[in-house]
Amino acid sequence: MSKTVTFNDRPASDAAPVSLEEFANASNAAAVRIEPGEDVRDLLPHLERLALVEINFPVFGDGRGYSAAQILREHGFAGELRAIGDVLVDQLAYMLRCGFDSAAPNQPLNGQAVQDALNRYPHAYQKTSGTSPISGRGPIWEIRHE
Amino acid sequence: MYEYDQYDQAMVDARVEEFRDQTRRRLAGELTEDQFKPLRLMNGLYLQLHAYMLRVAIPYGTLNSEQMKMLGHIARKYDRGYGHFTTRQNIQYNWIKLEDAPDILADLATVEMHAIQTSGNCIRNISSDQFAGAAADELTDPRPWAELLRQWSSFHPEFSYLPRKFKIAVIASDEDRAAMRLHDIGIQLVRNDAGELGAKFFVGGGMGRTPMIGPEIRDFVPADELIHYAEACLRVYNRYGRRDNKYKARIKILVHELGAEEYTRQVEEEFAHMKTLGLNPPVAELARITEFFQDPAYDSRARDELDLTDPDFRIWVEQNTHPHKQTGYAIANISLKPTGGIPGDASADQIDLMADLAKEYSFDELRVTHAQNIVLPHVKKSDLYALWQKLDEAGLAPPNLDLISDMIACPGLDYCSLANARSIPVAQKIGERFADIGRQKELGELKLKISGCINACGHHHAGHIGILGVDRKGVENYQLSLGGSGAEDVSLAKITGPGFDEDGIVDAVEKVTDVYLRDRTNGERFVDTYRRIGMAPFKEALYD
Ligand code: HEM
Ligand code: SF4
Repeated sequence: MSKTVTFNDRPASDAAPVSLEEFANASNAAAVRIEPGEDVRDLLPHLERLALVEINFPVFGDGRGYSAAQILREHGFAGELRAIGDVLVDQLAYMLRCGFDSAAPNQPLNGQAVQDALNRYPHAYQKTSGTSPISGRGPIWEIRHE
Repeated sequence: MYEYDQYDQAMVDARVEEFRDQTRRRLAGELTEDQFKPLRLMNGLYLQLHAYMLRVAIPYGTLNSEQMKMLGHIARKYDRGYGHFTTRQNIQYNWIKLEDAPDILADLATVEMHAIQTSGNCIRNISSDQFAGAAADELTDPRPWAELLRQWSSFHPEFSYLPRKFKIAVIASDEDRAAMRLHDIGIQLVRNDAGELGAKFFVGGGMGRTPMIGPEIRDFVPADELIHYAEACLRVYNRYGRRDNKYKARIKILVHELGAEEYTRQVEEEFAHMKTLGLNPPVAELARITEFFQDPAYDSRARDELDLTDPDFRIWVEQNTHPHKQTGYAIANISLKPTGGIPGDASADQIDLMADLAKEYSFDELRVTHAQNIVLPHVKKSDLYALWQKLDEAGLAPPNLDLISDMIACPGLDYCSLANARSIPVAQKIGERFADIGRQKELGELKLKISGCINACGHHHAGHIGILGVDRKGVENYQLSLGGSGAEDVSLAKITGPGFDEDGIVDAVEKVTDVYLRDRTNGERFVDTYRRIGMAPFKEALYD
């Protein structure tokens, strides 16, 4: 199993995720794994009992997982969001800003490279579900008009 | 013109450092070419037939003379002394070394420029009307809206790995000089009944192998909901756009397969949700940006009369200038289409000269057009003669704007690894065949567009006359099409029939123009005649 990298202080959950299909069959699982083609909205009625949602990126270029993450956060999901699969260091900052807490990449990542990537951009132009790592502040337009 | 504040500058500087690090890792062998490719593409760096190509963003085609000088500097220092202006109002350099790319980006950042999102499956540089802020027929200057969208789309974390690239154009007049409806999102600024400005959205236009004209999906989005609506359009696309086949991945296919109505319904649902999230910058932000686009200090006593006794000057004025909203001023177009030249190419010296002329005669401003020309947007009429003389001396005064030799041509097989055929030599041969300016003027407005393969970078679907290079049993062959338009009378060109070889296509172009001259009625442009009489007479002239 690959090593989980966390982006913040939240401890990584060790709940075992089930597939969305299994989850739908009245499981009382606290963790679920979402594939790119699946509709994450199916989870919205159950957010309260979920401790962990894993979002799979089978290839890094398939960006559906970013929307999935945003949708969960926009609807109040407060558990852990983890990116799994083909997660590369150069995508981490975007994941953070879409509300991910952690990543469990297929290929292990270099710790220093992770920190560099997460701390590269001082600000962000958009308001999204996650924070911008360095300033921890809202989008640039909000700062401009504070 | 927009000027960066500390935040804009910090973002661009961060990107330069990031790319320096990525390039270092690539050169040290820590990244494979496969891993590096998507990273360099986000910075406009392509690997071409002979070298790397770098595409530099010119947001909505506007730049000042200092920025233009920088483009000349890059051409001289890192390329072979020239650059190529593109149909997306950007500039490309064809002979770049990978190890130089970080330094080029650093140089660009010193003048508030970058290559961010000029390629890759993300939201690309926003294009606009090259006459924005100067045209007599515009409702408002579209560029503040384009700048708002530029900032929103830069490093957008949710929309950087879309199914395919995504192009947005913003215009604000009924005359469409930006091929707005051939973009993934086309926006026309309009007023509602209450007199407020807002955006009309067209979604799902595009060229490539399946050209489509974008249908209107909303007639009015208020200024303070623009970003919410754009987010909604993009989210539906990001979630449901096809990812199984790269040729069916553009949003036009999604809109087509769902139907515009169903796509619109999904966008509206998402829009209602977005509105609850407060993602839209306040109107104060649009107002802040708009401040940068105030009119320059026009001379209110500038006179409208113009001495046209010099016949060569007269031809240039008639063809290459456009009415300005301010009395006593004109919009001057610099054609980068000399006879026998490469459409859109300019040498470093020419780039420098245009920068100097902009400073002297056009309040320090230049524009790049989607037809691969340069515009000096605010020239006092009394300065036009001096300007023209200086342009003419440098080979920058071909009086051929919108005439047959003002062609759009993609790089084709001379540079492009995807090409089936060469585009540039065909453009040159057609230019030479129609070199006589009197003959060109007789033919009137005639938009000829050439692509070297089905990807349609040269807009051939939107040409009054379109030429497409194909590979026929290993031999370059050219298909001719007629009747397209990228303007407000938008339409897609239709193929005439079997293709031609390189010399044959030049003859074929001549034959169709002969049909036009024979059959036109008063005041008709080539495309009007074609629309009236249909394909048959042209086919007859070509194939019988
Ligand atoms: C030389 C390297 C280039 C490569 C490899 C390239 C590649 C492509 C590809 C693959 C497409 C089709 C995309 C699709 O339909 O999804 C395309 C479309 C296009 N490209 Fe290029 N291109 C190049 C240069 C240029 C240049 C120099 C220009 C501008 C003069 C340009 C402007 C465009 C435009 C306007 C389209 C049509 C896009 C649409 O369908 O909306 N490209 N290009
Ligand atoms: S149309 Fe084809 S040949 Fe021309 S630049 Fe585009 S991809 Fe290359």
